[in-house]
Order: sequence, then structure tokens, then C-alpha cells
Amino acid sequence: MTETGSLLTVSDLIKQFEEGDESVTVLKGLDLMIGRGDRVALVGPSGSGKSTLLNILGTLMRPTSGAFEMLGLSLIGAKDVDLTEFRNQHIGFVFQAHHLLPDFTALENVMFPAATRRGREVASDRRRAAELLNRVGLSDRRDFPAGKLSGGQKQRVAVARALMNQPELVLADEPTGNLDRESADRVMALLIEINGEDGTTFLISTHDEQIADSCRRQIRMLDGLVVDD
Amino acid sequence: MLYSIKIAARYLTANRAQTALLVLGVAVGVYVFVFMSALIGGLAVLLLDRTVGNVAHVTIEPADRDSVSLFGTAPGTLVAVLKSTQQRPTLQSASAFIPIVEAIAHVTVVAGEILGSGFLIKGEAIAPVAVTGIAAEQVSAIADIEGRLVAGSTDLSIGTALIGKGVADKLGVRVGQSVTIRSERGVEQTLTVGGIFALGVAGLDDAATYINVRAARVLFDLPEGLSRLEVKLDNLQLAPQVALDIAAATGLKATPWTVRNQQLLDGLVAQARSGDLIKGFALVTIIIGVASALLLSTYRRQSEIGIMRAMGATRRFVVLVFVLQGALIGLSGGLIGAALGYVSLLPFPLPEATNGGGLPIDIRQGAYGTAILLTFIGAVLAAIWPASAASRVDPVKVIGP
Repeated sequence: MTETGSLLTVSDLIKQFEEGDESVTVLKGLDLMIGRGDRVALVGPSGSGKSTLLNILGTLMRPTSGAFEMLGLSLIGAKDVDLTEFRNQHIGFVFQAHHLLPDFTALENVMFPAATRRGREVASDRRRAAELLNRVGLSDRRDFPAGKLSGGQKQRVAVARALMNQPELVLADEPTGNLDRESADRVMALLIEINGEDGTTFLISTHDEQIADSCRRQIRMLDGLVVDD
Repeated sequence: MLYSIKIAARYLTANRAQTALLVLGVAVGVYVFVFMSALIGGLAVLLLDRTVGNVAHVTIEPADRDSVSLFGTAPGTLVAVLKSTQQRPTLQSASAFIPIVEAIAHVTVVAGEILGSGFLIKGEAIAPVAVTGIAAEQVSAIADIEGRLVAGSTDLSIGTALIGKGVADKLGVRVGQSVTIRSERGVEQTLTVGGIFALGVAGLDDAATYINVRAARVLFDLPEGLSRLEVKLDNLQLAPQVALDIAAATGLKATPWTVRNQQLLDGLVAQARSGDLIKGFALVTIIIGVASALLLSTYRRQSEIGIMRAMGATRRFVVLVFVLQGALIGLSGGLIGAALGYVSLLPFPLPEATNGGGLPIDIRQGAYGTAILLTFIGAVLAAIWPASAASRVDPVKVIGP
């Protein structure tokens, strides 16, 4: 990984998938820059490449070609173990399906990114996880098994977990897609509040125009390219 | 490591019924292992006790006095060596060797004997007998005559004989009656039957006759020396090595019991191998059980593994979580199975005390530590495949909407 400047830049990003004998190109030379503290909505029809872009930016998937730099580091060609460590320290995720660990309490779920990095649970992490749960309005649910929380509560726990390691970037893929309007508004208000107070950068993939409108910047994708920014 | 243990333990306790069944399955496998170890070990003890318990562990005899050919074994040369018959093979200085042999490690008893053959005569009834002349205080040193007495006592004064039950039945004599003994040298003595014993080995009970060593000297015309020394050890398995030590220390011919009981040894080895095979099957069953259960777990928890990877858990961490599950299952199943095995074997008497028909189970040979260790290792090995599969889960494929 080599030093450069901005929070996140990608250029000429191409991603192809092999399906049998055919090759499908999902990202077709995409260019993008996201600055620190941005709150960006990623919109576009299904199949436009939004999720693929999020997966690449989240270091969960490698592009076929192109450049990808974040925090001044080129992530193309980095080893899997280095990408895992980078993801753990600098990127948070909020998925449409909350994807909590159902056999663990809300507090344990929030602590997971820190505990897996340290190899054990420490008191300072426990305090921070409790603070985060308090911040998302779930201080009374900290010792509840995640599987017994409501959908909106689970998503707020997921937001708290995404913030545990104080990442520079949070990637949210349809974070309110499975929630009712009231819960969706509450989660979105939470993301806006955190973005405003902490300066954490959010990139939110959504079909929800209301949520897209609440972001300061909208990037529209179509057929594997950014068509409007 | 600590956090991996917590995750592994939580996964196991999340579905208690399934984990309990899995641990029970492992425990049953370990129980079979322990039971087979105790049974095969007990059988070996019983067979050795019954077969070798009443014979010497090492027999010391004079070295061969046969002539040696000076022509060697050159091709085309036929050499005939005549067996020496000029002298009886006796240990002339046996008393000098006894302290040397007694000083050798693992030797517990050294008994000098004069051997010969002859006939016991009672009226018109005659029975061929193998006569052993031995010091009165050593009559039960090699064969457990005292423990196997069916009548009389082991008091072996000069005019007394202890005879096998088969001999007594053949002659129709009882304790206190007189018999005449005629030796191979043609010497006759009148003896009183002081005791009748039954060692449970027909070859001994139908011919063995013990007399005082001083009476034997007269009977077999051997004023000095002994026919052989018989040795008992604290561990009969060490007989071959101790025999070598004795031969080296004395220059005499020392033969371990294993040479004369090769078929028994072959049988014991075959029996032990059969037991090992069954124990091996039990271990394979444990490994397959643990591997299949953990493999199912990896499929069921794919999305959780994916989310862990997305949150920054390394492949090594995932591998550790599943290997630790295998280790915990193996350890708990091993401990429970070994404990169950031990408790269930407690009511069985030791093989030495087993009467005919009883199961010769030796609780001392349950191989509890080995069972736990092998189960632990087997379960860890069984977990490697599922753990490897879990670490290869692609987060992108399992955490979609």
C-alpha cells in the first residue's frame, strides 16, 4: 500500500464476473472521489452496480482492474490479511438485513469489531459499546440477545457496531430497506446526526428518494457508470 | 485466542440439545475405547496369570556341554555332533550364583530345584510323575501351591510329598496316606502325602510332585548342586531383558518364559491387535461424527461467518473458532466417556480374582488418559476440514439483502 492524499478515490474501475462461458461487466471504468465527512447517497436502478461498488469500496471484493485508494493507501493488490485489518480499522458496514450475531447480546455485537482485533474483550471497549448503544437509544437493551430485538432495534445495533472502531467510512447498503417508515426515519436521523457530530463519512446505497434527499450529495449510477454526481 | 474460545463456547451453548447429543456420541465412543482397553488388558492378565502365573519367569540352567566341531560349516562338509551324555547337566555351584541373580534388577525370588522323573506307587496303582525337589520354605515361591491347595498343608518336611490332584485321583490317595516313590535312578522312598493341589493346568496337576530338596538329593543321587534355578520377577514382561542380564552376569543359560510360550504371546498380540482395531473404529466414528456436526454448523452459520469476516475477523480467527469447538467437544466428550467408563468398570473384580465364566475386565487398564488424548486430537483433526471450509466463506455471497 502506497501513500496518496484523499479519503477515497477510484478511477477507471472495472469489475467483471464470469458466468459459465460468458463474462459480465458490472462496473465499466467507473471514476469516483469521496471526501472526508461527506454524506453521499448512491442511487440508481437495480443492476446498475451499486452493491458491487460498495463491496469493492468495503474491500470485500477485488476489482478486475482500475485504481482504488483510501486514506492515501492504494488497496489494489493488497494481501487478504492486510485488507481484513484495514477493513476492521477504517470501514464500518450497515446492511439491509442487519446481520447481527443472533446468539450474542446487543452489547457483544457492538463490541465484536474491537474484540476480534484485540483477540479479547477489554473494559474500555465495553464502555464504548455501551456509550454507542446509549447513543442509538438502546441502553436498556444492551444485554438482550440480538435475536430478540425488533427490526428497527437490530438496525440501530448494527449502526452502533459499524461505529465501534471509529471508522473513517461507513458503507450502508439499503440500511432502511427492511424497516417501516418510522423506524427508517429514526435510523436515518441517527446516521445524519453521527455524520454531523463525528464527521464520519457515509456512503448510502438506497432506492428511497427521501433518504437520498437527506444526503448532501447524490451519485446516480446506471449500467456500471456514474451518470450524475 | 481468548475471544475465539468465547465465540466457540457460545456457539456450542447456543444449541444445547444438539451439543449435548454430539458430546454424548463422543462420550459413547470413548466409553467403547475404555471398555475395550480394560477387557483386552484384563484378558491378557487373566491368560498370563492362568498360564504363566505358576511357572518361572526366567529359568537358569547349566550351559550346554555338547562338543563343538572344529571344521566349522564349510560347504561340502557334513559334521555330526553327538549330544553329551557323560555328565548330568547340573549347576554344581548353584549357591554361589543365587546372590548374583538376586542382585539383578526386577528379580524378586530365586528358587533352587532338583528335577527328576519317577513313579508314585500305591498298591498296584502307578503314576508317572515329574518330581521337583525344593527347599521347604520356597515351595510356593514359583507356583502358588499354597493358594491352590485342595487338601492338607504345604509343610514339606523330608518324608512328605505334595502331589497334584490328578496324581492323587489316579492313585486314589488322600492326605496322610503313604505312597512309594521310585526315581529314574532306581532309588525308592516312602513318603506321606502332606498336601494335594490343583493348579488348573492338567499337565501340572496330573504329574507334578514336590518333595523336600534333601530327599531329592538322595532320590536322584545328586549329593551337591542343583538342576536349575527358577526366578520370579516383579514384571513378567521384562523377562527377556532380565534373562539376558542374568546370562551376562553368570555365564549360565537363562531362558525367559516367552521362549517356551511363543504361541501364547502370538495369541496375546493378535488379541491386542483386534482390540486396537475396535478402538480405532471407535475413534473413526468420533472423528466422522464431530466433522459432520461441525460441517453442518458451518453451513448453518455461513451468514454469521460472512459478517464476522466483513467486520474484520481474519480467516485464522474463523479457523480457530471452529477448531476450538472441535477441541471443546473432544475434551468434554473424552472426560465424560472416560469417567463413565471408570465408574461402570468399578463393579468388576480384577482378572486375578475372576472366577471361571466372569468377564476378565481390568479397571487398571482402561487407558483413560490415552482415550481422552486421542479423542481430543481426533476431534481437533475432525474440525480442521469444517474450519477450513468456514474460513473460505465469501462474505459477499452470504451477506446480501
